Amino acid sequence: MSYSGHILPPCRWQYCAIQPALPLWKQIIEEDHRRFIIPSNMASRKSSSKRQANKDKYSVLLPTYNERENLPLIVWLLVKYFGESGYDYEIIVIDDGSPDGTLQVAQQLQGIYGAHRVLLRPREKKLGLGTAYIHGIKHATGNFIIIMDADLSHHPKFIPEFIQKQKEGGFDVVSGTRYSGNGGVYGWDLRRKLISRGANFLTQVLLRPGASDLTGSFRLYKKEVLEQLVDRCVSKGYVFQMEMIVRARQLGYSIGEVPISFVDRVYGESKLGGNEIVSFLKGLLTLFATT
Amino acid sequence: MTKLLEWLLGVSVVVTAWGLLTFDLLDLKVPQVYREVVWPMPVYLLVVFGCYSIATVGYRVATFNDCEEAAQELQAQIKEAKLDLKKKGLKF
Repeated sequence: MSYSGHILPPCRWQYCAIQPALPLWKQIIEEDHRRFIIPSNMASRKSSSKRQANKDKYSVLLPTYNERENLPLIVWLLVKYFGESGYDYEIIVIDDGSPDGTLQVAQQLQGIYGAHRVLLRPREKKLGLGTAYIHGIKHATGNFIIIMDADLSHHPKFIPEFIQKQKEGGFDVVSGTRYSGNGGVYGWDLRRKLISRGANFLTQVLLRPGASDLTGSFRLYKKEVLEQLVDRCVSKGYVFQMEMIVRARQLGYSIGEVPISFVDRVYGESKLGGNEIVSFLKGLLTLFATT
Repeated sequence: MTKLLEWLLGVSVVVTAWGLLTFDLLDLKVPQVYREVVWPMPVYLLVVFGCYSIATVGYRVATFNDCEEAAQELQAQIKEAKLDLKKKGLKF
């Protein structure tokens, strides 16, 4: 009775595996490559003088899960702003087995922008954010690591500012902040703003961390500093980002801040429910008692 | 020293000072007027801190920047990116 096989929709992975179009899009991309070879060479020559003076390389880690809509856009924006500012970079996509085919899109992007710019380091299933960073760092060739969300809430236009800030002060960590200067948010209602500000105030009072945005995850780290921090951090979710900054202070690392505008998820939904608040408070108290 | 210990230390210093003055434990012969001022002090401090907290959070919520322009810029760039990527052969 193979009836059930007809009722159950085939999973997306199977779809992709039997898609005959796979070699076709590769062909398209290769053709495209040939077409773009001249302009890309010219572009690299133009900025080579800037690059020679500056051997720093920036590895952007993008942990993804079901971001097939957002990933091409974020990669496009990264390429745009890194291209304009002339810094050397690579984008490492760490996809945790997204069922929506994020990895396939990432492969296409690799075809478009080249394997030295877009690196794919997928994992089989959803494992924590901390381990995604460890996984990404292992494969990163840059001496600086940039961590950001792939859902477009963090805009790559701020990255040159992060880099500038880092160079100015020689900081170990540069953190984006929604809470000071021209920083801000878009798409938050009053309730969300109140919870965010309240949680931030409570954290500032209890932990005195010396950074204004603790739960944000748009940051630039020196590679060895990030390695140290990830090793020591045990929390999950929002608290993980907070722990990273608190531990950084504890270990005596310097922290610079750049105001950023946070535009809440364009595609997909962001959640802030009771569960998040409870786990945030638990994490906060844990840090309070242990750091 | 953890933040918890720092807090406990701070609180115990304040409580000790308050206890010494209010109950005159060291026999300092603190004038009655001072004692009357000191004994409700913890409550005053709490109320002041509460007001400060509410005022600060309220002010910060009220002045939280709404990045309307950033959102519009992003939308425009998304359109541009989609067009460009389609041209480069990306299948969404």
